[in-house]
Amino acid sequence: MSHATVPVKRPDSLSAARLPRWSPWAIAIGSVAAGCAIGLGAGLDSRIQWGLIAALLFVGVTYALGAKVEGRRQAKDRVATSLVWVAFILAVIPLASLVYETVARGIKVLDVYFLTHSMGFVTSYEPGGGIYHAILGTLEQVGLATLISVPIGLLTAIYLVEYGRGKLAKAVTFFVDVMTGIPSIVAGLFILSFWILILGFGYSGFAGSMALSILMIPVVVRSTEEMLKLVPNELREASLALGVPKWRTILKVVLPTSIGGITTGVMLAVARIAGETAPVLLLVFGNPLINGNPFSGPQASLPLYIYDQYAKSGGSQAAYDRAWAAALVLIAFIMILNLVARGIARWKAPKSGR
Amino acid sequence: MAKRIDVSGLTAYYSSHKAIEDISMTVEPRSVTAFIGPSGCGKSTFLRTLNRMHEVTPGGRVEGKVLLDDEDLYGSHVDPVAVRRTVGMVFQRPNPFPTMSIFDNVAAGLRLNGSYKKSELNDVVEKSLKGANLWNEVKDRLNKPGSGLSGGQQQRLCIARAIAVEPQVLLMDEPCSALDPISTLAIEDLIGELKERFTIVIVTHNMQQAARVSDRTAFFNLAAVGQPGKLIEIDETERIFSNPSVQATEDYISGRFG
Repeated sequence: MSHATVPVKRPDSLSAARLPRWSPWAIAIGSVAAGCAIGLGAGLDSRIQWGLIAALLFVGVTYALGAKVEGRRQAKDRVATSLVWVAFILAVIPLASLVYETVARGIKVLDVYFLTHSMGFVTSYEPGGGIYHAILGTLEQVGLATLISVPIGLLTAIYLVEYGRGKLAKAVTFFVDVMTGIPSIVAGLFILSFWILILGFGYSGFAGSMALSILMIPVVVRSTEEMLKLVPNELREASLALGVPKWRTILKVVLPTSIGGITTGVMLAVARIAGETAPVLLLVFGNPLINGNPFSGPQASLPLYIYDQYAKSGGSQAAYDRAWAAALVLIAFIMILNLVARGIARWKAPKSGR
Repeated sequence: MAKRIDVSGLTAYYSSHKAIEDISMTVEPRSVTAFIGPSGCGKSTFLRTLNRMHEVTPGGRVEGKVLLDDEDLYGSHVDPVAVRRTVGMVFQRPNPFPTMSIFDNVAAGLRLNGSYKKSELNDVVEKSLKGANLWNEVKDRLNKPGSGLSGGQQQRLCIARAIAVEPQVLLMDEPCSALDPISTLAIEDLIGELKERFTIVIVTHNMQQAARVSDRTAFFNLAAVGQPGKLIEIDETERIFSNPSVQATEDYISGRFG
């Protein structure tokens, strides 16, 4: 057997010229400075344009310098890294500015009084009042929606992963996918026409909960499905081989193994529906007074409260302040839920310690 | 308590693919029977038909008879759950339940099948861990997670878990293939002790292991890739390794193919 020799490209030495460690920072600072200078010099009004020029310069200069000093392969690597950084910053800017803006404007009227009083005898033009009724409404509506969605979603996911074979499972998967894409206003309109217009029930928190659970079920199904699929098949087989029936295997082995991930999924679904406005607007109707009963009469909710304060106050500054404060409370609520979810996931995760 | 297995005319499928064809053999009680053969010849599939784990795989089905002391495992009124309580199984890779402690892992088979008093469970767990030669290593940390043990300890934990439910037959699917020689030795010694009480069937790729632990050895082979696997011969281990009656067995054992 003869070997055809292919010329091998091999560097003469294992070490080559490298840009110094601080070079990305230097290039970044230089690009930002150059971006500002060009923007000022050319008389560009928009800071966004300045930023874009700086970002382009950053990527371009990184490649040029890298190619000159280190060679083309390393230059490509540096460009990929710098693109990731630019994308990261682009993604963080809106988030950071949103949080900053909400905190800066919302903190003004946010105090204990604001959290513990309703808008009972305060017209929307004057200062005062609070969001107690809205917090109560949101908690009850989201809680009810969770109570409806979690059992349905969990059981559907268990069916799909553990039992579902053939056409029915495919159909269920397809419809869950379709449900994921339902716009929230459509879910609201569906419950409005079915529950309120056809069956003749009045506006209530419960009607809102039903629409919210339509939005929540597909998210719960999807995330639970993914978590159940992560449970190794070996564990199921180990349990079955001990003579444990399938349903007990699912209950005692599969679910406990994945409970952390499932909880996270449910919490994220809760966070997603807590900020839904459209179905609440249609079905819960809004109420300046405290209504603790979600099954009868209009209620308030945080997203709806924010909308009301903004849209129905005739531009009063006091109402705008209240809207910002309510937005801050809503964001904080969702953030706390996320933290709780992470805590539970970490606490429940299978331990490997000795 | 240990039972005889009589297999006749057993054929197993994965959907339309025939994995093993027309296998008949007898497994004697209180003995170790080893299955050897090249990869893909259906040893593991055959093993899994002996406690109805084959049908857990989507599309898996079986034709033929498996008699456990004259009772057909595939009879129409047989509950697969009851079969698996009688015929236990240890898998290739150690698979302790990750959410459970060492104690709970061993007690799992009992606890998941009904309620027991704590004192009863204590006795069973101690007995099973002693049976699996693991008691001395773990007795001080029974409440620690089972996944914190070494691979060999985990495998012995899985054996303890399997024998805790007092099966009549113990199936082992390459139980040592993921373990180092010392852990392997520990498990081989254990197999020697367990055969006093159980009927043991072990699949192995390690011919020395088959020669060391088993009383009888069955050689499986397949004609070509994609063809169903078949039982070539089964005989006393000594005969299989010294003077097999089929040429293919001798070729395989002496390393001339496979």
